[in-house]
Amino acid sequence: MTAAFDVLIVGGGAAGLRAAIAVAETDPALRVAVVSKVYPMRSHTVSAEGGAAGVIASGDTLDEHAHDTVSGSDWLADQDAVEVFVQEAPRELIRLEHWGCPWSREPDGHVAVRAFGGMKKMRTWFAADKTGFHMLHSLFQTSLKYDSVTRFDESFVTRLLVDDGRVQGVVAVELASGRVEAIIARTVVLANGGCGRVFPFTTNANINTGDGMALAWRAGAPLKDMEFVQYHPTGLPFTGILITEAARAEGGWLLNKDGYRYLQDYDLGTPSPTPVLRSMELGPRDRLSQAFVHEVEKGRVVDTPYGPVVNLDLRHLGAKLIDSKLPFVRELCLKYQNIDPVTELVPVRPVVHYMMGGIHTDIDGATPITGLYAAGEVACVSINGANRLGSNSLPECLVFGARAGRAAAERARNAPEPGAAASAQVRDEEARLRQLLDRTDGTEEIAGLRVRMQETMEDAAGIYRTGAELAKGADTLRELQDRARSLALEDHSRTFNTQLITALELTNMLDVAEAIIASALQRTESRGAHQRTDFAARDDKQFLAHSLVHRDDDGQHQVELVPVRLTRWPPAERVYGR
Amino acid sequence: MTDTIALQVTRYRPDRETEPTVEEFAVPLHNDWAVLDGLNHIKDNMDGTLSYRWSCRMGICGSCGMMVNGEPKLTCASFLTDYGRGPVRVEPLAGFPVIRDLVVDISDFLRKLPKVKPWIVREDEEPVGAGEYLQTPAQMDAYRQFSMCINCMLCYSACPVYALDPDFVGPAAIALAQRYNLDSRDQGAEVRLDLLIHPEGIWGCTFVGECTRACPKGVDPAGAIQRYKLTAALHSVKSLLLPRGAR
Repeated sequence: MTAAFDVLIVGGGAAGLRAAIAVAETDPALRVAVVSKVYPMRSHTVSAEGGAAGVIASGDTLDEHAHDTVSGSDWLADQDAVEVFVQEAPRELIRLEHWGCPWSREPDGHVAVRAFGGMKKMRTWFAADKTGFHMLHSLFQTSLKYDSVTRFDESFVTRLLVDDGRVQGVVAVELASGRVEAIIARTVVLANGGCGRVFPFTTNANINTGDGMALAWRAGAPLKDMEFVQYHPTGLPFTGILITEAARAEGGWLLNKDGYRYLQDYDLGTPSPTPVLRSMELGPRDRLSQAFVHEVEKGRVVDTPYGPVVNLDLRHLGAKLIDSKLPFVRELCLKYQNIDPVTELVPVRPVVHYMMGGIHTDIDGATPITGLYAAGEVACVSINGANRLGSNSLPECLVFGARAGRAAAERARNAPEPGAAASAQVRDEEARLRQLLDRTDGTEEIAGLRVRMQETMEDAAGIYRTGAELAKGADTLRELQDRARSLALEDHSRTFNTQLITALELTNMLDVAEAIIASALQRTESRGAHQRTDFAARDDKQFLAHSLVHRDDDGQHQVELVPVRLTRWPPAERVYGR
Repeated sequence: MTDTIALQVTRYRPDRETEPTVEEFAVPLHNDWAVLDGLNHIKDNMDGTLSYRWSCRMGICGSCGMMVNGEPKLTCASFLTDYGRGPVRVEPLAGFPVIRDLVVDISDFLRKLPKVKPWIVREDEEPVGAGEYLQTPAQMDAYRQFSMCINCMLCYSACPVYALDPDFVGPAAIALAQRYNLDSRDQGAEVRLDLLIHPEGIWGCTFVGECTRACPKGVDPAGAIQRYKLTAALHSVKSLLLPRGAR
């Protein structure tokens, strides 16, 4: 078979588009494909609000950003990866500035930075509170100038073609026509985002269904650190819409039902009228979400039809600051909560937000499958370890998107033509999809199974976990996997069949959900976002290690541990507010 | 017993029907439900074959634009209770070919967008090591509102000119061209003008202003186009009076 593309990128968000541009700039002769199930500017990067961290301010240092990231990760990040990350992040952010990103500015025209949770210095670049939106549109619009980039918009990738340990392209369904198409490529970069939709209450968009993680896992690439699921402390009840951490960085307070800044009771420092870095409301997300659970236990929260909430108080910031620094927060509160944060308290509760885990890669985005790379939330390098700091994920998309793009470009230049075995896999996949689409004897409803999976995940793998609940969750997921083999499709049309896509997304999510539970079960310690009430302490002796979930010959999830790479920051206590 | 509201949804399945039809669904009427929640209720519980686009459900990804009671709206940001006791009519965005049900073909916009060169054009690009280009908050204010476009296509749907003349570049693309023209870091205004000075560019606009009214993000494409016309007029006067080098 002949490769139609040198580098095929799955996903058109920040990581995917950055990778595409990196390939185009490395060698304009290389043919690049960007395959996305949505138009690129719909990608979930668009929803990121608060900012992107990169050392630029005088008085800040790369070492401090690295230390904040490592301690924020509860020492599970690979420190060599973190060092690369903090070093390249400022350059990537400047590059994006040159490509037109409207970063908020100081009066003298220099880029402004703001505080963020878990960061000891002000180093978070921001575009008001629509940072992801502006980054994504800047990247998308810039990508339009490269003739070597071909887009396959609204094409859903259903399978990676892998022969003899080497990736050869993908099979995708074009939504508009229903055409199943093999796109042969010398290298593939997976950049198709996270999997928040495996949980019932999430900030994540409808499209975040773990597609890339499932594709890679089925093709034989291990998933890493899947037990680490980030709950963001401030989501709007009912919708789960994110209220950015920047609201607290600009001075917002978290209050319980008594109007008390309850974080002071959880070893996060003492209240001060103005924000103090790495303290109180500017502590890390895992610790703040855990504090919420304890407030619920103490009965100090407000009960609502959508569950218990605490209040985010922005009133003392005033309309002028809110309108200039947090206009989207005000817009979202007015629209979706019918309240004005200038004069009213904002009800919030923890909400599933981000996946620290993902496809196992090295610092160039390479997976164990030759020619297969991954970057962004779908990947786990890992710089985030057991807990990601706010504003590290956007620069992660840029730094590791660019690195994966360059590495894939290098490899594509020397890779042999794909072998013949891929054609058999393409035929198999076409048959599988046709069978699913034409089947009339399905019995299981897609939405029903999805809801059951989401409830199972919340019960078993929430903010606090136990071995018993996780084991029960694993059993339920196994049962759901069996039932998912007889999904009922009423829609047999080839034209824009979104029911087919939701069915495929559900099967992806089930594989990812099982990986989360399997990893959480074996990690009998508490670290960062993974808190086991039956193993409450961090255990560096046994678990200063990443969990890798492999697919065994029976399709089951097998977990192994690989040591964390330490360079300059030996494991220590995480200290906030003191 | 929850109150319900009627959603009258346009169906069109090209492999089954030659003409669109309307199907009515009674969905729960909750105070905080957007029209999109009603559609999701239909898809999950009543008819899994209904096709429509959505993703972020927070008014920023631009996927879920449809006609709601005859007006182009983001369905995630239009609430059922805004429509009294109903019924609520949900149709595909006007002015576009329909692919199926509520899904329209926007590939025309995707073809036109690169033509206005919506990226920073510079004669000399500074190396990254030189640091950021300086831009004061006032300089940013000059283009900021035009950078807020989410490409949701509501303005195209509202535009009477685009409905009649598919060659018209259209409001969002012109607003994005202006977004870069007004950016102090950009030097590409001249090249963009060459593209937009054609009849299907800015001169196609009859200044009805519907685009600006339809925009859910406060962008003023009509203003961008008017301003562009002025620039273009001055430019053509200069071209008549001055040799090329002096323009």
